[in-house]
Amino acid sequence: MSRAALEKTTLRIGLLPLADAAPLVVAAARGFFARHGLQVELRVERAWAALRDKVAAGVLDAAQMLAPIPIAATLGLDGVAVPMVTALSLNLNGNAVTVSRPLHQRMREHAPARADAAQWAQALARVLGEDRKAHRPPPVFAHVFPFSTHHYELRMWLASAGIDPDVDVRLCVVPPPRMVGELAAGRVDGFCVGAPWSEVAASRGLGVTVATKFAIWNNSPEKVLGVTRDWALAHPATHRALIAALIEAARWLDLPEHRGEAAQLMIERGWVQAPAETIRTALQPQADGLLFHRRAATFPWRSHAIWFALQMLRWRQCWAAPDLGALAREVYRCETYREAAALVAEPCPPSDYKVEGEHAAPWLMAGGGAALELGPDLLLDGSVFDPGQPLRWLERQPAAAGMVDRAVLRAANLAPE
Amino acid sequence: MAAGHTKLRVMLVDDDAARLTMLEQALVAEGHTVAARLDTHADLPSAVERCQPEVIFIDVDAPGRDTLESLNQLNREHPRPVVLFAARSDAETTRRAVHAGVSAYVVDGLHPTRLSALMEVAIARFELHQTLRQELDQARSRLADQRDIEKAKGLLMKRRGLDEAAAYGLLRRMAMDRKQRIGDFARVLVTAADVL
Repeated sequence: MSRAALEKTTLRIGLLPLADAAPLVVAAARGFFARHGLQVELRVERAWAALRDKVAAGVLDAAQMLAPIPIAATLGLDGVAVPMVTALSLNLNGNAVTVSRPLHQRMREHAPARADAAQWAQALARVLGEDRKAHRPPPVFAHVFPFSTHHYELRMWLASAGIDPDVDVRLCVVPPPRMVGELAAGRVDGFCVGAPWSEVAASRGLGVTVATKFAIWNNSPEKVLGVTRDWALAHPATHRALIAALIEAARWLDLPEHRGEAAQLMIERGWVQAPAETIRTALQPQADGLLFHRRAATFPWRSHAIWFALQMLRWRQCWAAPDLGALAREVYRCETYREAAALVAEPCPPSDYKVEGEHAAPWLMAGGGAALELGPDLLLDGSVFDPGQPLRWLERQPAAAGMVDRAVLRAANLAPE
Repeated sequence: MAAGHTKLRVMLVDDDAARLTMLEQALVAEGHTVAARLDTHADLPSAVERCQPEVIFIDVDAPGRDTLESLNQLNREHPRPVVLFAARSDAETTRRAVHAGVSAYVVDGLHPTRLSALMEVAIARFELHQTLRQELDQARSRLADQRDIEKAKGLLMKRRGLDEAAAYGLLRRMAMDRKQRIGDFARVLVTAADVL
């Protein structure tokens, strides 16, 4: 590949100290960035807002972002309103809902032995019923950012048992490294957070995991590599090189024998202020654990962009009526991914969209060249999401005051005739 | 200097005690009230609830930024301007953030004498952003109107065998009869047609 064509070779990339920052750490430590002509300085930030602001301001060239962040930024929902794009998914799975020991004890009285995520949510609903009768205040559940996968996963887990996340519990935002401390202090009763913080709560005997991200939505998207729209426009070759390097890092990471080494790299950096053992646990290859490369984990599915915009509409974070198809095409740059993938012989799915909630087992997406194996994609609430009919999914959810009028949404999403 | 600008209730969030003191002195000298001084470990939601600050100053790198951001999301009708400040050593963040118009404003090393001016810039920028957002919403709804009107017109042309001008005239008259905006009525018509 021609290095002379790179618009920029020295880059600063931001990340948060979490186990799923592994692709960036591995790409830097194992020379994948260098192989693509890039010299990358990784910068650890302490808040998603700071990371987004620094990307928006150009202090950082790119950053690990929560998948909903570039969408919220492009829609102007976040107070900064600098349009952002992504052309790479950094990982699937990894988060978990954990509740405090005392709350878990109470939930256990209403749950069968070896309860699953849905049964734990139903047990919580019964505990909440008791609390209401006794006029006890609702429990507090924390997530990490208004526009976060954790926020939507927590809401879906609660709503799956008929719990209204805005009425029956109190939601708040706590930075991940502080989650366990808040649980210990009794200020929060549960949380949805990324690895290794649920592992830390469990290892200290403070909390019990009752739902993994995988159980809430199998193999669902988590972090992406975000850049501003302007940066992508000005640095197309650099963007491709960056993505190619990270695809290679992800490929390396998903060979089971490399996970221990990756954990060691993370531990040596010392960024994640958690016991080494919990980082190792978080990165252990598990069927429902972190995926970086397998099952098309790196592909930025446009259907996922539509999904996150629907969550913003469902939970009244979005007050305008976006054209969902146009939004997904604008923010999720599948074309850029495909060009980068070609540089490292990475097979691509034949479509930019996929239906969610239909597969309980691995399946093959056929078409174009060789068929690509994708993972199960069930949703905890049993719903099916067809990106071809995005409003159908929304219309099946209970309506609530303050939601964008459905007729207006339909008008904004009329299929071109 | 102190005269002529709005006096505001301010909340300060920072871990650097010396910087907090300097900031407070400077704000008080300008006639502002410091409603709370907090470190970044404080419980921000209760502090905001209790103190009702009009402006919040917070270190750009404070972990509590995400919590603050969620408060403004929950309180979308009345979000509070947030003034971000960066350490002097992070001058590049400052310069670029100011240049790009990110968030409210970033105070360069907190020059005490410039605080009030900066705060006013921050609030003006915040209000401008709010206005732009409202205008954007209006523009989006106008766009939705146009699409619906086109679609409703098409429906009338097809169902009633009218030409474009006649269909538009009919649509306008029907909306006027019902005392509705033409865009809203077009929407009703299109939705009804979808259902039927």
